[in-house]
Parts: sequence; C-alpha cells; structure tokens
Amino acid sequence: MKTMLAIISNALCRITGRSAGEQTVSELLIGLSEFVNLTSPPAAAAVPPQARRLPPKPPPAGGAAQLVSSRTDQTDRPGARVVASRSLSDFTPQATFDIKKCDVHRLEAGPPVRAELTREQGLQYYRTMQTVRRMELKADQLYKQKIIRGFCHLYDGQEACAAGIEAAINPSDHLITAYRAHGYTFTRGVSIREILAELTGRRGGVAKGKGGSMHMYAPHFYGGNGIVGAQVPLGAGIALACQYQGNNQICVTLYGDGAANQGQLFETFNMAALWKLPCIFVCENNKYGMGTSVERASASTDYYKRGDFIPGLRVDGMDVLCVREAAKFAADHCRAGKGPIIMELQTYRYHGHSMSDPGVSYRTREEIQEVRSKSDPISLLKERLLSNNMASVEELKEIDIQIRKEVEEAAQFATSDPEPPLEELCNHIFSNDPPLEVRGTNPWSKLKSIS
Amino acid sequence: MIIAMAAAARLFIRGAHSTLAISGVGTGRQNSLLKLSAGCSSRLKAQRHAAHFTFQPDPPTTEYGDTQKMNLFQSITSALDNTLASDPTAVIFGEDVAFGGVFRCTVGLRDKYGKDRVFNTPLCEQGIVGFGIGAAAAGATAIAEIQFADYIFPAFDQIVNEAAKYRYRSGNLFDCGNLTIRAPWGCVGHGSLYHSQSPEAFFAHCPGIKVVIPRSPLQAKGLLLSCIADNNPCLFFEPKILYRAAVEQVPVDSYTIPLSQAEVLQEGSDLTLVAWGTQIHVMKEVANMAQEKLGVSCEVIDLRTILPWDTETVCKSVVKTGRLLISHEAPVTGGFAAEISSTVQEECFLNLEAPIARVCGYDTPFPHIFEPFYIPDKWKCFDAIKRMINY
Repeated sequence: MKTMLAIISNALCRITGRSAGEQTVSELLIGLSEFVNLTSPPAAAAVPPQARRLPPKPPPAGGAAQLVSSRTDQTDRPGARVVASRSLSDFTPQATFDIKKCDVHRLEAGPPVRAELTREQGLQYYRTMQTVRRMELKADQLYKQKIIRGFCHLYDGQEACAAGIEAAINPSDHLITAYRAHGYTFTRGVSIREILAELTGRRGGVAKGKGGSMHMYAPHFYGGNGIVGAQVPLGAGIALACQYQGNNQICVTLYGDGAANQGQLFETFNMAALWKLPCIFVCENNKYGMGTSVERASASTDYYKRGDFIPGLRVDGMDVLCVREAAKFAADHCRAGKGPIIMELQTYRYHGHSMSDPGVSYRTREEIQEVRSKSDPISLLKERLLSNNMASVEELKEIDIQIRKEVEEAAQFATSDPEPPLEELCNHIFSNDPPLEVRGTNPWSKLKSIS
Repeated sequence: MIIAMAAAARLFIRGAHSTLAISGVGTGRQNSLLKLSAGCSSRLKAQRHAAHFTFQPDPPTTEYGDTQKMNLFQSITSALDNTLASDPTAVIFGEDVAFGGVFRCTVGLRDKYGKDRVFNTPLCEQGIVGFGIGAAAAGATAIAEIQFADYIFPAFDQIVNEAAKYRYRSGNLFDCGNLTIRAPWGCVGHGSLYHSQSPEAFFAHCPGIKVVIPRSPLQAKGLLLSCIADNNPCLFFEPKILYRAAVEQVPVDSYTIPLSQAEVLQEGSDLTLVAWGTQIHVMKEVANMAQEKLGVSCEVIDLRTILPWDTETVCKSVVKTGRLLISHEAPVTGGFAAEISSTVQEECFLNLEAPIARVCGYDTPFPHIFEPFYIPDKWKCFDAIKRMINY
C-alpha cells in the first residue's frame, strides 16, 4: 500500500510539478484536480473589446499575504481563472535578487543593487513580456501576409523596458514614446485586439484605424509619434502640467539612441532642468539607429551623460528588475521635486528597424543569436522564477498557451473587423462645433468633418 | 496552418468590403462621384494589388549618348556618380547614405569615392541642412539627402531663412548655390501620414531656392545634374513610388535638362492638363481616356520645376485650349495648383472657356487607411474633364 502511495505520489508530483515530499494522498489528489483545471480549455476567453484595463495578472495565491501592489484599485477581469491556489509550501512567495549596479552621472547613489520579487509580480511581468513578444511576432506574421501595411516597428527584445517601467510607475503617471510603441500601448492598458486592429487599420483599432502602427494612444499615454525626437519636448510639457497642477504625477519621456542627436532634445533638457520638471527622460539604447550603430552616429555614446547638467543612470535594459528598480529610483527623484533625470536603458531589438529592414545588413546574425541566447529578457525572468521555485514549468507553459490564444483571437478580430467608414476620412481635422466643410479633390466635392 | 489562416483572412477582407459604408457623405453629386471611384473595387481591397497609375516611359533617345536600362534610383546613383567623378569638391551626406541609402540611391558610391566624400550624418535634419549650407558657402558642392520629404520640417528654418536668403542678404558676397537637397517625395501606397507628404507648396513660397520634381529616370538624372550645376540652392524631390516602378533607357554620361522649363508631353487642342512627378502618369492615362471616351484632345504638360515655374509654356497652352486642369497629391488649399490657377486667370482670363479645375488631395493629413480615396486618381480627373467640357 505504501509503495502504491509512493508511486502515485511520485507520478502526481511529476505531473503537477510540485516538489516531492511527504504528502498525503488527499493533498495530492487535490493538486491533481487543480492541475486538471489548469489544462482544460479556458472558460471565458474573449475580453470586452472596449474595456481599458491593465494587463491581466493572476489573483494572489490563496493564503499568501496580500501584497500591496500599485494596482489595488483594479478589479480582476471577468472570467479570470485561478491559476494556482496552492499553499505556501509549494512555491517561494518572494525572493531577493542581485541586479546589476547602474552607472550614475551627477548622483551620489544609484538604485539599490538588490531587488525583491514576489511570485505574483514575477508571473505578472512574465505575462506582460510574453504578451508583448507574441503580439509583435503576430504583427510580423500579419505584415508578411500583407494584412498589415505601411510601417511597422517591432519591439521584441525590448520587452523588459516596457514591463519594468510600467511596474515602477502609477497608472496615473504619463508616458510618451516614439514610433516603436506597441509594447507601451499594451502596458498602458490597451487590449491586444485594439492594437492589432489599429495595425490593420480597422475601426476597432485604438485610434479608429486612422493612425496605424506609429499612432496609438490611451489615457495617460500620448503615443506613438512618427517624427524622431519630436515627442521629447512634448514630454517636458506634460511634466510641466503635472508640476503646475501639483498632482504628484510624473511624465516618462522615451526616445532612442538615434533621436539622442536631435537638437530638440537638448532644448528640452535645458527647459526641464531650468524649471525642475518632473520628467524622466528614458533613452532606449538598442545600439542601432535604424542601420547606423551608435559608435558611428554619436560623438559620445554615454547617453545617460548627455543631459550634462541633468543627473543620469545607465541601466541594464534586458533585466526587468533592473529596469523597475531604476525607474522607481527615478520616479522618486522626480516626485521629490529634484527635477528631471535621464535613464539610459541598454537593450536590443531582434527585428530590424522596421518590417522593411531585414536587420542583418548592419549587424551579424551571430550577434542577434548571442543576445537572444544570453540576455533575452523573458528567458532571464523565467530562469529566475524557475530556479528559485517561484513558478513551475507547466505553469509558465500554461500562461504561454493562454497568451497565444489571446493573441490569435485578437488577430482574428483585427483581420475581420471592417475598415472605418469613409466619413472618418475628414473627421477630427479641427475641433469644430457645426460640422466643417472640407474641400475635396474637385471644386464641387466637399466632405463633412465633425469633431 | 498559416496559409489556411491567410486564406481565411483574405476571405474575410473580401467579404467585409461589401459592407463598406459610402453613403451619407453629402449631396447626390458627390455620391455619384464616390460611386465612380467605388466601382474600381480592386482598389478597395485591404491588400492593394495595383497602384493608382501606370508608369509610362518616354521613348528612348540617343540625344545624350549611349543609354542603359535604369530605374529611378539607379538613375539617381548614375547622376551622383557622374558628379563625384567630374567635381572633386562634391560630397554626399545624409542619414544612411553610406551603405547605399534606404532607397538604394547611393549604392556603391562610398566604395568608389571614399568615405570622406560619401558619409553618414547623425539623425538631425536641421543639422544636415545647416551643415550643407556651410559646406556650400565655403565652396564644396554639397549634396544633402533628407531621408523622407516628411522629415524636412526641422530643416525648414535653415532652408527658408538661411539658404534662400544668403545671397540676397550678403549683397552677393556669399551664397550657397552649391547646395542641393534631395528627398523622396509623394505617396507610395502605404506610407500614411509621415512617409507620403508632398511639401513642394511650402517651399514654393520662398524666393531664393529652386524646387524641382522629375517624372521619370531620364528626367531625374538630367534635372538632378542641372540642380547640382545650378548656382542656387535647389530642392530635388524624387517620387518614391517610382524608385522601382519606373524603368527607362537612361544615358550613361552626364547631361542636363534645363530648369524652369516645362515640357509639353502631348499636344492637344481642347484642354490643358498640368501636373508633375507621379501625377504625370495619371494625367497621361486621363488624356487617353478623354480622347477615347469623350473625343477630347488634351495637352499634357509636365511642370518639372515648381519654383521658378514656367508661366509662359502653361499660359501659351491655355490660350490655345481655353481650359486648364491642374492636379497634385498635396492638399488642395494652398497647394501649388492655386498659384498656377491664379497666374493663369490673370494672364489668360478672356481665353478661358471654363473655370480652372484643381484636382488635388483632400484637406486632411495624408491618411493611413483611406489613401485610395484621398489621392486624385484618374477617375476624379476624368470627372473634372467631363464637367469642364460641358460647362
């Protein structure tokens, strides 16, 4: 009998991924039934298309201390399934990790070198990054099928930046970035289907199909900007509004290594420092400005020092915890009224600059492979979670499957949604009360514009 | 699996078009206009199978020596090659020009002429043009590339305030005539807001610079070489949709085509059509359509140089025909057609049989998904011709 139990318990442990130990059969059977729950087809899959909500996170494990996260005001989405309601003994609820020290400029101290990560946070970051990854790969696929047209700048490889920054700021803070914006659109609360529908130019898209890849917006997320460097003065302006209104919010303004050489950035740095605006300038240094490597474009590749009189941090952008700690540090700096701060995130993009760039004419495939194998942000997080027993392989796999399904459904929606009606061509040019007449291609053809 | 999904997706798209709403946009006249364009269902598909024009090459010529088959970007490369070979002070710079440029216009030049003559600049349009003005003023033949005409606006101040006025404000002591700025221009089928603009009208308002737009590889090479040789700062806009689509026999050696001279491509007696760049090919088709379906003989004129423009050729033509239609992709209000229209009515008022028609883009930002509706295609021009004839 005991041998039978042992055999069953071993088998169940292997299936459920729990560490084998002295456990009663009943506990194991409970575990097995939960496992069956996990792998059965999910109940409610579709999310309401217009719901703006944060990326879904699994509810806290039953029995674990309710950790205060910055999103306590968000309710779980309908149809949320219990991923795991195990007791504490199975997964480590929290662990502390060593992270890379940040180089600092004009700062006495940098962000802490150890970061705490709870199981929930780990799964949430994993989910966010994996969703962005799968979404970008799906966009790549749709582009190759010519369902998405125009320009499409993909974010895969840089997911830790978006996930880390979002983890460190509040939903009421503001964020503005350049054209490689799909990741941030997602972390700022837009659903996958709205993003993909915007890429395909359909009416279900977040900008009603009128903007496309580079122009996606959400509350407290100002896009999505096509012209390089143009978003940086805007970010300072948003920060000024926060300061003026005294609402303790900050603005995160992102730009790339290519944009770091634009004149308007330096104008902005001057204004932000002069007026001590609560603005975090983030340079996402992915080593290439389209096809030009940073050494060939910039006289100084220490982008975190380029603000000169503005303090700066250089952060490992492939490690989501590093990004989070640095962003928290920077946010505290701004909220304390110390003025702007620059964060250089050293990251990498796997795709080329855009879909029309193969990405291998200015860098070797070996280099891309190396980064993928050694510093992939999702793999790094996964390793941490698994090696510290904070999650199981099956659990993560289950999350992957879920995400794949969500992205697939979103792509289906994006492909089948109708295009915006022709009236939209002329709407929202101006803000006008009575409808405005818009001159058309011929003197007698006039269209109506409402806004 | 992927193929099946793609096929299913295409089925969805085709099905979706039957529900495309085009009603309620205005008066009955407009509905008929839209129905006309909606009839071309091939353009409504999300996957665009055809461009709105067909490139019509000029007949081959031996006027300038041996020719070789080239497309637009190759003819530009050839022109730059000729320049770098004959002029030791010539330098080419811009974003990503070293490896050949995003449209392959400078392929091979760096290897041939050295990295001090063909070099990349960082991402700074204002800096590029300012730097070009300085280099030109000091005596170098500076050929700057702005990656897309949509990105030229940070450099607008340098072009309008510095380059255009240099000679004037220094009393001819200094000038930057050695400067030529090249930029890809115009709609490309999927460019959307920031890769499709035609900003020639903004610069036409600025005395002191020249603005030139070719329609084909043969024209492009000759006009570009003229711009480089010209003693004034020149803006050379290259229709990006023609980079690969336009193939012609182009002379291998240097040759120039005079600036500020419009070209009459086709003689006619009833109506004058004026356009430039890609739109010329639309106009040629429209002229054929008008001849076949309406029996109207159209004279097609390629303006070529926008500033200073050839008023004489256009006005002479309007005196002959009595009707004028001008077409461009840029928005109609304040577009360059307005300037042409105004001048022609001043000069040829009594010769006009019908109001001058401008068939241009709508007064909206260049749209993402609505591009087929936005651009002035051959149907809209044909409709305008019909109305002018029946005026």
